[in-house]
Amino acid sequence: MKTVNFIYAIALLIALVASPALLAQAPARGQGQGGRGGRGAAATEPPPTPRAAAPIDLTGYWVSVITEDWRWRMVTPPKGDYVSIPINVEAKKAADAWDPAKDTAAGDQCKTYGAPGLMRLPTRLHITWQDDTTLKVETDTGTQTRLLHFGDWKPPATGPTRQGNTTAQWETRQGRRGQPPPPPDQRFGNLKTVTTGLMPGYLRKNGVPFSEKTTLTEYWDLLNQPTGEQWIVITTVVEDPTYLSRTWITSLNFKKEANGSKWDPSACEAS
Amino acid sequence: MKISVLTAVAMLVTAPVFAQGQVEAAAAATRGQIVDLAGSWANRLHEDWIERAPGPHIGDYSGLPINDEARAYADLYQVSMQNMPERQCIQYTSQYIVMGPQNLRIEPEVDPISGAIVALHMTGTVDRAPHTVWMDGRPHPSKNSPHSAGGFTTGVWQGGMIAAQTTHLKAGLVWRNGVPHSDQATITEYYARHGDLLTITMILTDPIYYEEPFIRNATFELDPQTRVLPEPCEPQVEIPRPPGEVPHYLPGENPYLREFAETFNLPLEAVRGGAATTYPEYGKKLRATYKPPEKCTVYCCGGTGLTVPNTNNAMCREGDAPPPTP
Repeated sequence: MKTVNFIYAIALLIALVASPALLAQAPARGQGQGGRGGRGAAATEPPPTPRAAAPIDLTGYWVSVITEDWRWRMVTPPKGDYVSIPINVEAKKAADAWDPAKDTAAGDQCKTYGAPGLMRLPTRLHITWQDDTTLKVETDTGTQTRLLHFGDWKPPATGPTRQGNTTAQWETRQGRRGQPPPPPDQRFGNLKTVTTGLMPGYLRKNGVPFSEKTTLTEYWDLLNQPTGEQWIVITTVVEDPTYLSRTWITSLNFKKEANGSKWDPSACEAS
Repeated sequence: MKISVLTAVAMLVTAPVFAQGQVEAAAAATRGQIVDLAGSWANRLHEDWIERAPGPHIGDYSGLPINDEARAYADLYQVSMQNMPERQCIQYTSQYIVMGPQNLRIEPEVDPISGAIVALHMTGTVDRAPHTVWMDGRPHPSKNSPHSAGGFTTGVWQGGMIAAQTTHLKAGLVWRNGVPHSDQATITEYYARHGDLLTITMILTDPIYYEEPFIRNATFELDPQTRVLPEPCEPQVEIPRPPGEVPHYLPGENPYLREFAETFNLPLEAVRGGAATTYPEYGKKLRATYKPPEKCTVYCCGGTGLTVPNTNNAMCREGDAPPPTP
């Protein structure tokens, strides 16, 4: 028994000695990237552009993999199917009056292809930088283009549009205002976008509506799998005081594709 | 005596490993990567309400990248299996965090000396097993170690979120209509917090039952008043049966497998799942000939907030007044 106690004592001693020694390997606060280091040298340099400061690379071709809400996204659900969406009575009335033939006759086939409905449709995304402050998101389904504007961009004074006005910002806890970002391989964070100025449209192809008062907030995360596979997961919040009884919260996933060989543009369809 | 000596040797070997995990945690904190995930998180069920709340239709495997083995297994399913006393307390495995209806409570375990997060404990609830993500750098156990419903999970801070790997899962049900995963399934998990929202992504890989990794997300909302029910399971006889009777269907004898496809005018092959059915090109092919039913007849208002007098019919209205008599 004495031998065992002695071994325990030695083990505890080594553990206690080893832990602080290893902990000491951690960089001291402020010495890592984005901490206080680097202050001064960059103070006179202009801040990097949003493109240069990007903590994650969202560019490329991405495909939506429909493993959730399959029946409501892959095909047009039956009229009156509002399940999962926190609609109010006004929305129910509007959805019950849905008439795709009427939409087609009015040239309104794209009502499900406004940003809140578009991203849930089965589609591929092609994401590129239009310029240093604008990220462009194109979809082959419905051949739509969303522009995500960084910086001090101000929406035009024109009326609402199908894709609305989207402001974008990188959310990262790294660095300090005015300081250069860490090297690309050490950055992290996510993209937050907020879209307003939307024309009324449909959240779902069977006419569940959203109004021009809708605000769409999206958080874009990049997931790097150990296999090398990459996914974008977009946490999506739709607020609509006209048709929703509370915020509608969903999340979407898009898998990275090697190239645009499967890009297949198609026109909007009303049903 | 031998066990005590072995324990001491194990401490000698593993102490530096755990300490290394604390080093990683300290470095992550310095980089600003650590996000507090503690609290009670409400599951709003704004997607897949039917599958996650009342439960999917028998024979509905839509959107699941499963193979023929999984279909063959699920086709034998009978709901009554679940109320056999022997089966009532079989817990859903950790993937059910994003597949099921329950809320979630996350409790960090913090090292009292260093302040580093040693683990995140996700409490079990109703019939889902507790899930622990170890953040202290400990290795996964031997492949011969026992499997459990919660599995064994280790995580690291990655890009302002937690990336975790789960192994050692018991076989379990993915959906409550018999769609399985095997005990060889592993899960890659991501926990990303945005303000009061927590999005959990789980990518399940299973060489036995899945053609491709199966990705699911669930977004939870921070809500201190949400209910997380840690109900201890007490099996009891719900349906008296003769001794030895086991509810089941033999292969080819399940009479309900076509019901879902017929209700929604979908081709049977489309609702049988498979990786190809989850991509946009499949939807394009399907929509070329698809005609939806004229109106919704099942679960139409589920989860909308409008009152649903009977969740299995189409009526939904505001308030609690009974529906008008036809």
